[in-house]
Amino acid sequence: MKLKGALLLLLSMLVVFLSGCEPLLVLDPKGPQAERQAHDIMISIWIMAFIVIVVLVLLVYMLVKYRASKLPEDYEPPHIEGNPILEGILIGVPIIIVAFLSIVTVKSNYIVENIPEGYEDQEPLVIYASTSNWKWHFSYPEQEIETVNYLYIPTNRPIEFKLYSFGPITSFWIPQLGGQKYAMADMVTTLHLAAETPGEYTGRNANFNGKGFAENTFTVTAMTQTEFDEWVDEVHETAEPLTEDEFNQLLEPGHLGRMTFTGTHLDFSPAPEHEHTADDEMDAEHEMHSEHAAHE
Amino acid sequence: MEFFERFAVPNPNPAIYASMVAIVVVSLAIIFGLTYFKKWGYLWREWLTTVDHKKIGMMYLISAILMLFRGGVDALMLRAQLAVPDNKLLDPQHYNEVFSTHGIIMIIFMAMPFIFAFMNLVVPLQIGARDVAFPRLNAISFWLFAAGAMLFNISFVIGGSPDAGWTSYFPLAGTEFSESVGTNYYMIAIQISGIGSLMTGINMITTILKMRAPGMTLMKMPMFTWASFMACVIIIFAFPVLTIALLMGTTDRLFATNFFTSTNGGMDMLWANFFWVWGHPEVYILILPAFGIYSEVISTFSGRNLYGYKSMVGSMVIISLLSFLVWTHHFFTMGQGALTNSIFSISTMAIAVPTGVKIFNWLLTMWKGKIRFTVPMLYSIGFIPLFTVGGVTGVMLAMSAADYQYHNTMFLVAHFHNTIIPGVVFAMLAGLTYYWPKMFGFMLNERIGKWGFWFLSIGFVLAFFPMYITGLNGQARRMYTYSEATGFGTLNFVAFIGAGLMAISFCIIVFNIIYSFKNSPRNVGEDPWNARTLEWATHNPVPEYNFARTPHVASSEAFWDAKKRGHELFKGEIEEIHMPNNSGVPFIMGVIFFIAGFSFVFALWVPAVVALIGIFACMVLRSFEKDDGRHISVEEIKATESTYGGAHS
Repeated sequence: MKLKGALLLLLSMLVVFLSGCEPLLVLDPKGPQAERQAHDIMISIWIMAFIVIVVLVLLVYMLVKYRASKLPEDYEPPHIEGNPILEGILIGVPIIIVAFLSIVTVKSNYIVENIPEGYEDQEPLVIYASTSNWKWHFSYPEQEIETVNYLYIPTNRPIEFKLYSFGPITSFWIPQLGGQKYAMADMVTTLHLAAETPGEYTGRNANFNGKGFAENTFTVTAMTQTEFDEWVDEVHETAEPLTEDEFNQLLEPGHLGRMTFTGTHLDFSPAPEHEHTADDEMDAEHEMHSEHAAHE
Repeated sequence: MEFFERFAVPNPNPAIYASMVAIVVVSLAIIFGLTYFKKWGYLWREWLTTVDHKKIGMMYLISAILMLFRGGVDALMLRAQLAVPDNKLLDPQHYNEVFSTHGIIMIIFMAMPFIFAFMNLVVPLQIGARDVAFPRLNAISFWLFAAGAMLFNISFVIGGSPDAGWTSYFPLAGTEFSESVGTNYYMIAIQISGIGSLMTGINMITTILKMRAPGMTLMKMPMFTWASFMACVIIIFAFPVLTIALLMGTTDRLFATNFFTSTNGGMDMLWANFFWVWGHPEVYILILPAFGIYSEVISTFSGRNLYGYKSMVGSMVIISLLSFLVWTHHFFTMGQGALTNSIFSISTMAIAVPTGVKIFNWLLTMWKGKIRFTVPMLYSIGFIPLFTVGGVTGVMLAMSAADYQYHNTMFLVAHFHNTIIPGVVFAMLAGLTYYWPKMFGFMLNERIGKWGFWFLSIGFVLAFFPMYITGLNGQARRMYTYSEATGFGTLNFVAFIGAGLMAISFCIIVFNIIYSFKNSPRNVGEDPWNARTLEWATHNPVPEYNFARTPHVASSEAFWDAKKRGHELFKGEIEEIHMPNNSGVPFIMGVIFFIAGFSFVFALWVPAVVALIGIFACMVLRSFEKDDGRHISVEEIKATESTYGGAHS
């Protein structure tokens, strides 16, 4: 009876888990990349739930049918070496499942690593996102502005984040727009996202980087392109320019509120784009060669 | 820093001072007790200098249980801190130290000695050997582990604990961002115990390959021996990587080299690669022996031979190979591109196939069996569904595109606890109960044991299943607090209750040991469980020489076939037995390693050099030492056998 109770508990936990999916951040996507990931997650949850149920049913069957108290005193279990057909099924079915999930994953890998589907014809908005303990610096080179700890982005436009760090490894993560990627001091990684619904989303550093890690967060506001352009104009009218001295002060460990500047730190503290080969290996290598040529 | 400042208490708060007082009081009580009861000689002769694999196994076991409580208290502190939003129980620095040490203690100083305990206790008996291949090396392995563990454990009262996570990613773990000596402790304590682990791996492989009883071909070895063998193969390939990584990390911290720094050409992700090239195989080092124990337990209590012996062995070999081809899944989000992620995604998911084969083989071992619900069997039954959940969430994590959403979240934390606790901890508790009479000659109480099992299982589900949900809801791991608005509060409180139930269960298990020690009948006979493999063919507890006569083996269930089919296990007359002598050198080397390690942590070069010379002196001493061991005479063997009821005399 106790055993059945435990199994019941397990099943009810599973039900809670599955029915609780609706409001969970990761499963409430607001952009194409997060949508793809949520879709993969749900597929895998259902297939995996099926496997767990098969194992549970088999286990309960064995335990109920072959418990010593139910069997005659003189019952001698047989010696069974194995069965090639049965083992073929037990190996074959998992291989089919893994193969199916592999195909899904490989496809998704190329999707999440590239400009979101449906946005290929648009020029992505490039934003450099860098961390220093325990802050986020967002540079918009095209717009010539820089923000700290908050991000404004236009909806329905692909965004190309260039991630790096002025210190320990961090991980840039906006659950509702898409999964995370590391930001490191010695290379730049690229993350492609897009937002489809205007609204405010939370983002954070997901990789532990010391004392201030829990508060290493930022907010993302997605708005229409016109609103975004208005915001850019407003920043140019009201914000102070970012100087090298001021930026170096911002890098000191600690927490800061939201800040806005004109100009970007990329002019005096450029991203470590050619230190090591990053995602776009071909590109980086090519540029490195041309750089060498220029030196000679 | 000033000289004495480095030794200062890192987190001066009442709990730390209380622990310091407790450490001093307990140490004094032990010293006083040993003196009062005149046990120093006994302790030295019977334990500190022993080279007997069974006693070394027991010492591993005791250390593992102590460390389980140390790591468990850390876990309770973590769950208490996260139980409610905006909790102020721990400050961020203290929280960072607690979760870092929780991980290291549980993996390196709890799970590893636990599996080494069973390897030491069971493998020589299962293969009908008198001892391991290198008994003295075995003692050195243990004392190095003990030195590392002690060094690691003093960190929280002297100088500060590691605070860069159990993975200790650079550059966070470098001197630039982690100034305290905490990470030095990490590097050096793990180094010392890691050398011990590597030597155990070599020792066990040699033992299994060279010392099997006559007739025991590789494909007639019991499953736990097979599992230990494969785990040791992984050890000797994986641990050298850790050794080098730790050495490079140590020189980065102590001598300002730039292997892993973010400036001067260092590569921070190189550390992550090294760490996980060791770290992922490490989880299979832990899980394979656990699988071995489940195989023995399920087969014994189903009253049936293990289903699919060959596919069990084959799947372990495949798992060991694949374990080295998956490490990159720990940093899918490093930006290595879609192709690399796809390769490691597929190789990771592929591990589910041999693991699934094992799960189904255990289920089929119960099929047509006669299942007895003993405590070890309950743990094995609980393991199957719980571990399956952990396994399938592993497949989910292995899908790299989706992993971008799970990476570094509580979903991951839930997953690996879901594999390690039902996988390894349940197996160790099953093994503890199962092999208890083998070690001590009496049984643990079944009723109390069942209470322990139910508290642990229900506590486990409550503690870890909510984390899957909070993970998908955006709770990152290692956050010391969260705001009320995140909505993580309720589920984290449930997890706290679960952790409490698990703590109660471990107390019940210890109570069971004390209760059974007082109340259980002694002399339970050779075979209290009606078991199937060779370790049950000798007495409980096992005499010093294991088997009075070497067994002869004709099947993978030698003992069962001896009982049921009349195979003759023991042939011929009792002969003189050659045994190794005890030695104080391994213990002394452990102490010197501890001193060397402590000196390195604090960069005290004079004692460090002196200690290193001492280590070499011990080795030189050994190479000139004449020690041919000793012989146990036939009369003595017969006398010992007759005290057990003369079964094999």
